[in-house]
Amino acid sequence: MKIYDLPDKHGHFGPYGGTFVAETLIAALDELLAQYRHFRDEADFQAEFTHELKHYVGRPSPIYHAKRWSTHVGGAQILLKREDLNHTGAHKINNTVGQALLAKRMGKTRVIAETGAGQHGVASATVAARYGMECIVYMGSEDVKRQATNVYRMKLLGATVIPVESGSRTLKDALNEAMRDWVTNVENTYYIIGTVAGPHPYPMMVRDFQAVIGREARVQMEEEYGRQPDALIACVGGGSNAIGLFYPYIEDNNVRMIGVEAAGKGINTHQHAATLVTGRPGVLHGNRTYLIQDDNGQIIETHSISAGLDYPGVGPEHAWLKDCGRAEYVAVTDEEALSAFHALCRFEGIIPALESSHALAYAAKLAPALGKDQLLLVNLSGRGDKDMITVAQQSGIVL
Amino acid sequence: MNRITSTFSNLKAQNKKALIPFITAGDPEPKMTVMLMHALVQAGADIIELGIPFSDPMADGPTIQRSSERALHYHVGLTDVLTMVTEFRKTNSVTPVILMGYANPIEAMGHGNFAMAAKKAGVDGVLIVDYPPEECEEWVQQLQDQKIDPIFLLSPTTPKRRVEKVAKLAKGYVYYVSLKGVTGASHLNLVDVSNKLAEVRSLISIPIGVGFGIRDSVAARAVAELADAVVVGSRIIEEIENSTRSALLDNVNNLVKSLRTALDEVNSTNSSQILHASRL
Repeated sequence: MKIYDLPDKHGHFGPYGGTFVAETLIAALDELLAQYRHFRDEADFQAEFTHELKHYVGRPSPIYHAKRWSTHVGGAQILLKREDLNHTGAHKINNTVGQALLAKRMGKTRVIAETGAGQHGVASATVAARYGMECIVYMGSEDVKRQATNVYRMKLLGATVIPVESGSRTLKDALNEAMRDWVTNVENTYYIIGTVAGPHPYPMMVRDFQAVIGREARVQMEEEYGRQPDALIACVGGGSNAIGLFYPYIEDNNVRMIGVEAAGKGINTHQHAATLVTGRPGVLHGNRTYLIQDDNGQIIETHSISAGLDYPGVGPEHAWLKDCGRAEYVAVTDEEALSAFHALCRFEGIIPALESSHALAYAAKLAPALGKDQLLLVNLSGRGDKDMITVAQQSGIVL
Repeated sequence: MNRITSTFSNLKAQNKKALIPFITAGDPEPKMTVMLMHALVQAGADIIELGIPFSDPMADGPTIQRSSERALHYHVGLTDVLTMVTEFRKTNSVTPVILMGYANPIEAMGHGNFAMAAKKAGVDGVLIVDYPPEECEEWVQQLQDQKIDPIFLLSPTTPKRRVEKVAKLAKGYVYYVSLKGVTGASHLNLVDVSNKLAEVRSLISIPIGVGFGIRDSVAARAVAELADAVVVGSRIIEEIENSTRSALLDNVNNLVKSLRTALDEVNSTNSSQILHASRL
């Protein structure tokens, strides 16, 4: 691939991305873009971001060779980028630290966030506490019920969690409600979007903050293995952990990039969240991208065992990487993800997040077809402590 | 001269302001929509804004969200909305109908297909909330090819250079969002509206409608002092929501009549007094 310099100045990744919002939000997005462009190259900002990632988040996260599991699976060696070891237990914190530092410099005293499973809500509440800002988290009322522990975690961190009763009462509705708050309180409020979706500049900005994952991986792979991996594998809901790993590899055509979506109960049922595998392009949440929608252009409710992948859209850069063929997108079912979840627990003593278990499941499918000298780098984007109740339920156990 | 232009020029000749009610197509149920449209006209509406239901109405407050949900309960799609307009046009060939909604249902039908079907149905203008001027060059062209007016939003935070950009694209009228927030909010500040409208008017020659947050006759009259048209949405939807089916048409009729009366008082009363009174 020739020099990759997307998005263009209007936030487009080919036909995707852009700024599809009501006029009432344009000024806020213009301000955000101008401030982000100003600070992202500023030495002081970068130094503080790097310092926080090291001392607060605990970076760099190691690359770990899952030897026993690789042997059990057979074929290629499976390496794990350990984002699960980050403070708060997932990659989400990389982005919220970056955006909180920006919010602080913009003089905002109040941050808002949307959350599905609660991971981004927790990461936002965490940085709001760390930097002394008020924090409001919008969460679908269905999710509030399903994720009681994370709701309490956010409250402990000082955030206010507002249950959203509109629409399907899940992540997409929480995002709608956060946008409504932002448009009403734009003077003092910074909206921390948790994934590489939303209007420009969010997909670019969140990618830039998450790209630390791939930059570290390049250095670590060279140091430990003397070469880069043959393939990168990451789960894709909105797609922030995947882009974070992929981005520094985009021009490196020798490295396959594979995004793994949630096939839920199967892509032939209506209960999945495999947006790139089954959806078609449209406009939602401020950008043009692939969507799971009906013939009338209404957004359809999605399903995944993993709340973090349960989203009917996907980041516009993934839409572009799919169309231009640079990345491949596949889907694995709830059942396959659960099986990989248990395997990693037993063979490696690592409890992965259900989201990340989708990437693991695909690695386990791909590895046997490859030689033992091949290296698959899987982004272990989060730890599974939050998923105890869900996994127990699947085994018919009440905790 | 198209229906929108002739409506505004007739009103101007009579020294009157345009009343533009908004309802969502298919709310509270599909068979009521055309009846409601006729009732709005009978009560004194000059232009009708008809909402295209959408699953994710990001710029709307809870009232209009619920109206979309009620319509979607009956699976009302864009094709159904156009059928309703066709039905309305069978007995009304003068009142302009503006479709208002979000991009995705339009994209699902395709810009060109939509523009042709909308023209055939008798649609006069279209306002797509999440198509700002930067993202809709091709869309505007498709509408213009069918002689449908592209309507655009302006907001309190729209800088001058963007107003100028909108001035080049917009036809029919522009819709000034009177407050920072979503539809149905209740913190309208008339002094702010007045100041910003003066700037907008110096840059835009087509009529200016004002909406978001106009909840009663007093506010409607005060806004009519400043604008060419007053858009009322959430308040009418509340009336639809709170009425029994048998009383619905009468209740909406009474509400719209009271708004009409308020608008028509504008040029017969001392305007500064109204503005003052409405601030209280």
